[in-house]
Amino acid sequence: MLEILLDATVRAGTPILFATLGAIINERAGIINLGIEGLMLIGALAGFAGTHASGSLLVGVLAAFIVTFLAGSIHAVITVQLRGNQIVSGLAMTMFGIGITALFGKGMVGQTIAGFERVAIPLLSDLPVVGKAVFNQNLLIYFSFLLVFIIWFFFYRTRWGLAVRTLGENPAAADTCGVPVNLYKFLAVTVGSGIVGIGGAYLSLASTPMWIENMSAGRGWIAVALVIFAGWSSPKAMLGAYLFGGITAMQLRFQAMGTTVSAHILQMLPYFFTIVVLVVSTMRLQKGASQQPESLGLPYDREDRK
Amino acid sequence: MNKTALLIMLLLATCLCSNSFAAKEIKAGFIYVGPVGDAGWTYAHDEGRKEMEKLPFVKENSTYIESVPEGAASAKVINGLVRKGSNLVFTTSFGYMDATIDVAKRNKDVVFMHCSGFKTAENVGTYFGRMYEPRYLSGIVAGKMTKKNIIGYAAAFPIPEVIRGINAFALGVQSVNPQATVKVVWTQTWLDPGLELEAANSLLDVGADVLAMHQDTPATLQAAEKRGAFVIGYNSDMRHFAPNAFLTAPIWNWGALYTKLAKEVSEGTWKSSQIWDGMKEGLVELADFNPKVPADVQALVMKKAAAIKEGKLHPFAGPINDQGGNIVVAAGKTHSDGELLGMSYFVQGVQGTIPK
Repeated sequence: MLEILLDATVRAGTPILFATLGAIINERAGIINLGIEGLMLIGALAGFAGTHASGSLLVGVLAAFIVTFLAGSIHAVITVQLRGNQIVSGLAMTMFGIGITALFGKGMVGQTIAGFERVAIPLLSDLPVVGKAVFNQNLLIYFSFLLVFIIWFFFYRTRWGLAVRTLGENPAAADTCGVPVNLYKFLAVTVGSGIVGIGGAYLSLASTPMWIENMSAGRGWIAVALVIFAGWSSPKAMLGAYLFGGITAMQLRFQAMGTTVSAHILQMLPYFFTIVVLVVSTMRLQKGASQQPESLGLPYDREDRK
Repeated sequence: MNKTALLIMLLLATCLCSNSFAAKEIKAGFIYVGPVGDAGWTYAHDEGRKEMEKLPFVKENSTYIESVPEGAASAKVINGLVRKGSNLVFTTSFGYMDATIDVAKRNKDVVFMHCSGFKTAENVGTYFGRMYEPRYLSGIVAGKMTKKNIIGYAAAFPIPEVIRGINAFALGVQSVNPQATVKVVWTQTWLDPGLELEAANSLLDVGADVLAMHQDTPATLQAAEKRGAFVIGYNSDMRHFAPNAFLTAPIWNWGALYTKLAKEVSEGTWKSSQIWDGMKEGLVELADFNPKVPADVQALVMKKAAAIKEGKLHPFAGPINDQGGNIVVAAGKTHSDGELLGMSYFVQGVQGTIPK
């Protein structure tokens, strides 16, 4: 049972993981993005449509990345170039995503494609307990493992990563050092958005290969909360996403096994957990241990430097 | 100049006169709880709308508004439809009940039809289908097709409509296979394909080899297809999502009712009532079988279907026991419509709890 549970945990957690990673890249550069839910939907539709048109899953994933990259550039222009309110722009992006995918998704309703299948890694997939969960998954899940490492490496082991982190902490300092502030911020928002889009594509290409309006069903908002839980770190985002996915998978299996605990309580667990996380991380914040980028949410204008 | 004006007026008058002899023109408005792209509940309603629009006196492109949240706030949206000129308004989810009554009070010349509720007014009727009839029949198919005698049922919310469906299904299963149990998992959402998929997987993990569902998307079908199980659909015929796994599905055929209602309103014969149509009226039916369902099973189900349509068979005819083995309906008795509409217990053979 543990093996099955771990496997389900990874599958349920992966779309949230992608979304959280994308959001972290945004916020590391100091831009809050509340448009995650909308971007996930855009990614889900673009991914599905891309695969439906071409018959290739790779094309679908690329389409999801590119289209959400472009959609994210709207948020980037508003928040970076125009220094608009990030909260308002993000919320607008969510509403935009819900609306535009409903409009353009009409033709995709009821269509079918062949989705991602499991690819077992020889020998490793036979390992007890973790074999199936880690080494017998689809390619998008392997990619998510890789991405967690790449993002960590980028932020903590490269000059560019350091520069992007500085944008979130003290953009004026970065500017003084010659970092092209607006360009890097723009790229952080758009690339982050693109990764969120792959999370959406996971839903429409791997989880349930179909297009259903609103199919992200609130996962984008969970990701927004998990960014804080993860302390803006990609390995911890993995932990958070799997914890959330794991509790979801577990409560359903408790029910299937015939537990007498009320389904209402079981269903509440993932959300209860999210609230606890937010409370705990806020308490940590008050103690001064916060990892929140110092300039998160603040527009940067060179002319305003003190 | 004056002559032309007179002529135009005359022409207009003839038009109006000839119109008054014909049926009243219907401009319908729909409030949907989900997106028409859900491939399920709302999709089925929208198909019904399209069929209704084929009537000559129904204006094409009737207004519909998707994903309207249930509750008091929906009154505003319903009002908006009326202001845009709708004279026949369908509110297609339970949670619009009070809002519908509210708006109807202020718009006496508009006919409102509320789906699945119990409140009526002079200009408000309710409508719903006896989905438990085809559910019962689909249970027979599931009971015959299961090899492990474990059948999984992914269900949305513990409300009477869903509980009634589960019970009817389980009674159908037991009528042919008393050894089989129906395991229930609640998702507490109508629409979340990812979660619905995991609910289905959790049922397959505990050994179910046939699944049924009361959800809005085909996610359960995809889970069954992927893992080589059988599945009973719901809402609309979704077989192309699971060509191998799909056995049959209890489905809605709203078009039949919507067409009937539009005619009545147009001809002025409509009266407020509580419509609860079944297979006899064609509002609910069983989708065509997958050829994998053996001919003798198909024949049995068709025979039972005919008996239901003739009124000779009622899925909730006694004796019926609850989960604890207590007799709920004695032999020779049948659940009344009122009892069916308020159903809040599981019959014997269902494994699961109704959260209170």
